[in-house]
Amino acid sequence: MKNNFNKYIVLLAGLAVSIMLYSLKTDSEVVPDADNAGLKLLDGFGALKVAETAAKARHLVVTPQGDIYVKLARPNKEGKSILVFHEAPNGKAELKTSFGNYGGTEVYLKNGYLYASSNTEVFRYKVNDKNEVISPDQPEKLITGLKAGRQHETKSFTLDNDGNIYVNIGAWFNSCQEKDRGLHSPGIPGCPILDSMGGVWQFKADKLNQTYGDGVRYATGLRNMVGMDWNQEVNQLFVMQHGRDNLNSSWPELYTSKQSAELPAECLYALKKGDNAGWPYMYYDQLQHKKIQAPEYGGDGKKEADTKFIDPAAAYPGHMAPNALLFYTGNQFPAKYKNGAFIAFHGSWNRAPEPQAGYFVVFQPFKNGKPDGNWEVFADGFSGSPEKTAAGRADHRPCGLAQGADGSLYVTDDSKGTIYRIIYTKKQ
Amino acid sequence: MQKHLIAIFLIFCCITLMGQVKTKSRARPQPSVAPSAVSGKGIYEKYCLTCHQADGGGVPNMNPPLIKTSYVLGDRSRLIKVVLNGFSESVDIDGESYSNVMPAHDFLKDQEIAAVLTYVRKNFTNKTTAISTAQVKAVRAINRKK
Repeated sequence: MKNNFNKYIVLLAGLAVSIMLYSLKTDSEVVPDADNAGLKLLDGFGALKVAETAAKARHLVVTPQGDIYVKLARPNKEGKSILVFHEAPNGKAELKTSFGNYGGTEVYLKNGYLYASSNTEVFRYKVNDKNEVISPDQPEKLITGLKAGRQHETKSFTLDNDGNIYVNIGAWFNSCQEKDRGLHSPGIPGCPILDSMGGVWQFKADKLNQTYGDGVRYATGLRNMVGMDWNQEVNQLFVMQHGRDNLNSSWPELYTSKQSAELPAECLYALKKGDNAGWPYMYYDQLQHKKIQAPEYGGDGKKEADTKFIDPAAAYPGHMAPNALLFYTGNQFPAKYKNGAFIAFHGSWNRAPEPQAGYFVVFQPFKNGKPDGNWEVFADGFSGSPEKTAAGRADHRPCGLAQGADGSLYVTDDSKGTIYRIIYTKKQ
Repeated sequence: MQKHLIAIFLIFCCITLMGQVKTKSRARPQPSVAPSAVSGKGIYEKYCLTCHQADGGGVPNMNPPLIKTSYVLGDRSRLIKVVLNGFSESVDIDGESYSNVMPAHDFLKDQEIAAVLTYVRKNFTNKTTAISTAQVKAVRAINRKK
């Protein structure tokens, strides 16, 4: 009897030690969640939920020290709009601090500064050698007085390596109509708003209180961009345009609801100074592989647009809402991902009554700074089910992308507010 | 010579007239619905669904839902005015903001607006009173666009 009892004690102690060792091991190592955080991934990849923000988490950056800056669309209940999480060794993160009182989308870390934007201004904050913001309540105002309508109001931006910042100033129209989104409403001649929106503006990354007069309209004819990134391989700006809506509802005689669901393409553009991508005079039809004149400006769905407008670098199905673009420069993922582009498609609404699409992260292979080969769905399942995708009733909606120092890919969700981390788990 | 001038003048007139005909035909005809069979559901599917979606749930941050919101269940005049004038005010609707512009739908007939609003107020789990053609007519009569 006593012997037996001792045996149990030894067994139990052994078990306890094992559990302790096991938990120690998993606590010091990033492992995917058992269900891959609900995501469907390609073979060899795993995912974990890093944190829940319980807010509309738009873009993010991850520091080498394991801090995650998350920009919120609107200030949260505490009135803060930039949340800072810190990762434990197992990859799970806790809220460390929060600051900022303005909504918006973009946050970016470069050259010892954290940059963030509201819908009309861009700010910067000096960071210390651990990439922590030194004076969270005293941002420096870099750019001010940018126009913002109710739609396409967010100011995404990216930086080059020569001290410039490139800011999206989205057009406050769908297609520059006299009556926005109206039935048979023609385009405003000359679309005068293009002087101050519908393009990318270049400013200095280190000069305070700049406004339109201090900047350069770097590229025009771009309706709205949420995903922008600087391609380090070829030193060039790339953007994902949100294509126009309402081809069927404004022009039912020219477009069926099926055509209107597919068209126009969501375009990836490689931009040079002075480029014109053609909005609102044209759109890109990825089925005909042509630039087509917009119906508001005399088009009929077939007439081709002026050849002075640039071609997209790549085109994707309509209305999927590309909300982030990230060139992968890490070494964790297999070699084919290096210098290729990840695109977060937030998911469509303007495909109704046809099924909605998107709500996934796509990988676009690149070679020598140009799209090379077909894009593929890299991470799916954010919506919760194919039915929820088709209905546009997604649980989670991918919105921001960031690369961790170890080459992990982070994804924000601006519906429920989850932060995901995707890692490569297969031994190479 | 004079004959030639007259002929040229006539040809010029014809071209101008033709041009006018062409411009006229370019102005696309107003959509018409047989007045005998105005279906609120039909109007909804044709003019509303693309933004407010098949389930009336709208699109987060962009197009407001029609499910038990104060705008749908509340003051009928206000609701009729939204259809007539469109909506582009920067206001929160039940605590959320929506960015897209709704265009004016004043091209719909009184009975079409009444039918579609009644459909909306009695579907998508809404259970409230109908809106009559007379009510739409009355609001349209005093409606002044901002």
